[in-house]
Amino acid sequence: MYETLSQIAQTGGLLLFVIAFLLVLVYALAPSNRAKFDHAAKIPLEEENSDE
Amino acid sequence: MSQTQTSPGKPVGIDAVILWIFLAIGSMFALIIAAKTPDDLMRVHALIFLTAFIIAGFAMIARQYKAQKDEGPYMMGIVKVGVGLSAFWGVVGFLVGVIIALQLAYPNFMYIEEWGWTNFGRLRPLHTSAVIFAFGGTVLITTSFYVVQRTSRARLAGGIAPWFVFWGYQLFIIIAATGYLMGVTQSREYAEPEWYADIWLTIVWVAYLLVYLGTLWKRKEPHIYVANWFYLAFIVTVALLHVVNNLAMPVSLIETRSYSLFAGVQDALTQWWYGHNAVGFFLTAGFLGIMYYFIPKRAERPVYSYRLSIVHFWSLIFIYIWAGPHHLHYTALPEWAQTLGMTFSVMLWMPSWGGMINGLMTLSGAWDKIRTDPVIRMMIVSVAFYGMSTFEGPLMAVRAVNSLSHYTEWTIGHVHSGALGWVGYISFGALYCLAQWAWGRKKLYSNALVEWHFWISTVGILLYISSMWVAGILEGLWWRSYDELGFLQYSFIQTVEAKHIYFVIRALGGTMFLVGALIMCYNLWKTARGDVLDEKPKQAGGKAPAMAPAE
Repeated sequence: MYETLSQIAQTGGLLLFVIAFLLVLVYALAPSNRAKFDHAAKIPLEEENSDE
Repeated sequence: MSQTQTSPGKPVGIDAVILWIFLAIGSMFALIIAAKTPDDLMRVHALIFLTAFIIAGFAMIARQYKAQKDEGPYMMGIVKVGVGLSAFWGVVGFLVGVIIALQLAYPNFMYIEEWGWTNFGRLRPLHTSAVIFAFGGTVLITTSFYVVQRTSRARLAGGIAPWFVFWGYQLFIIIAATGYLMGVTQSREYAEPEWYADIWLTIVWVAYLLVYLGTLWKRKEPHIYVANWFYLAFIVTVALLHVVNNLAMPVSLIETRSYSLFAGVQDALTQWWYGHNAVGFFLTAGFLGIMYYFIPKRAERPVYSYRLSIVHFWSLIFIYIWAGPHHLHYTALPEWAQTLGMTFSVMLWMPSWGGMINGLMTLSGAWDKIRTDPVIRMMIVSVAFYGMSTFEGPLMAVRAVNSLSHYTEWTIGHVHSGALGWVGYISFGALYCLAQWAWGRKKLYSNALVEWHFWISTVGILLYISSMWVAGILEGLWWRSYDELGFLQYSFIQTVEAKHIYFVIRALGGTMFLVGALIMCYNLWKTARGDVLDEKPKQAGGKAPAMAPAE
């Protein structure tokens, strides 16, 4: 049981986490997303225009 | 939400019909259980449920015949009630904390043999649940309802459902709190309520998730702002943790007692998988949602790096869920599982500090606000405490350090630097903001009172955590001191005696924190009423900075 679990964790699990992390980095840092995130960062500040 | 204004002829919404049927069936169940049960404690709880359902039924009828006031683009009534109840539960939780701190210092304090319910054993879970679930939970529900509406530019979904979530959660708190005092407990730390309270919370929580998703679904803003991601992670993960940790078989359907489905080391691991992620997703992810909305909003600056917030979010939630086994070092848990928990705890340094930097640096270019706006200062100090306790936590998760720190007061000090400093201060900051924003006030009643709150509480926290560090390291070292013949150098009771003075200092620190919270309540109350105390600005130009457009 332990052998199997540690085998999975040390190969597939490790790989999965590294790939997931890289995907997050690509998504966060992709230049094509820059405009979207710049806009998103201002969402809390822009809301006043829409009401009150 | 029905839109027509005329009172009596107002059509009854489908949401109200569903809730009415639900309340009617619930009342019937509660009545039958109250009549049939041989268990007096169950009868009390069934009657509380029954009373709550009946009150809710009448409140809904009253609502039907009342002209709707809360019909703006956003649902603000629920936020206002939430601010008030958060402040109330905060005071209750801190007060019980002060009482049990005094009981540790002076064991006879409030020890009344005939009563039972004033004993430390009954009051301790009341304190932890009151501060985490009653205060923290109400703050999270309130702020999340505010933030999701504002950042989605949409009114809360589900008609009456948000109110069901809000009051249903309060009912859970009442059931939990009265249960602890009467001695109803399943003895799982931070999950003491018995099976029926757990089922009730599950229903409420699923409704919470649906309201949240429904509001996001009808959002007018294409991007889902990062604070909502943290709130969603909090809601989804807490649902998962709560259901798995509380899997249990009741003795009968009309009695309070139940038995967990887990036993032995599996039980311990499930408990701490739950317990640590209650810290990770209730007390961290949820409150990070507050940080990512309220600090930028209050400082009138966008978050330092939106990209960092994305990396922060995904790495935090992927790593936190594995850290629980560090609570079980040197136990029957297999060593590889302990090491796994330890490793993931150390890895948590990265996302935690990424988030802390993101929160602090949001103020870059506007650092003067820390001096001029005590609410900003409170939230920034909160983030600093977040950084400190998320540095200390992984350190204590390392097995060698844990051999010194575990079972000592150091753990208590660590928990409270996170709870009082991080969770407490970010909540206070958000409550001050909401007292202004939800009631549409230009300023707080008094900034000077926020200063008083800030400084009294901060000194209180410092007294608390430093006395617990000293007490913890002292007893940790004494427990492992051997004389030259290999005997233990100190008896256990000697370490207890040595801690007395630190317990007294801790109680003092806790009292100061409570006093600060009372000052806040007064200030929130006056702000909500619209009063403004005439105060001189700190310095010409210091107050009321020009509305700098976000770059």
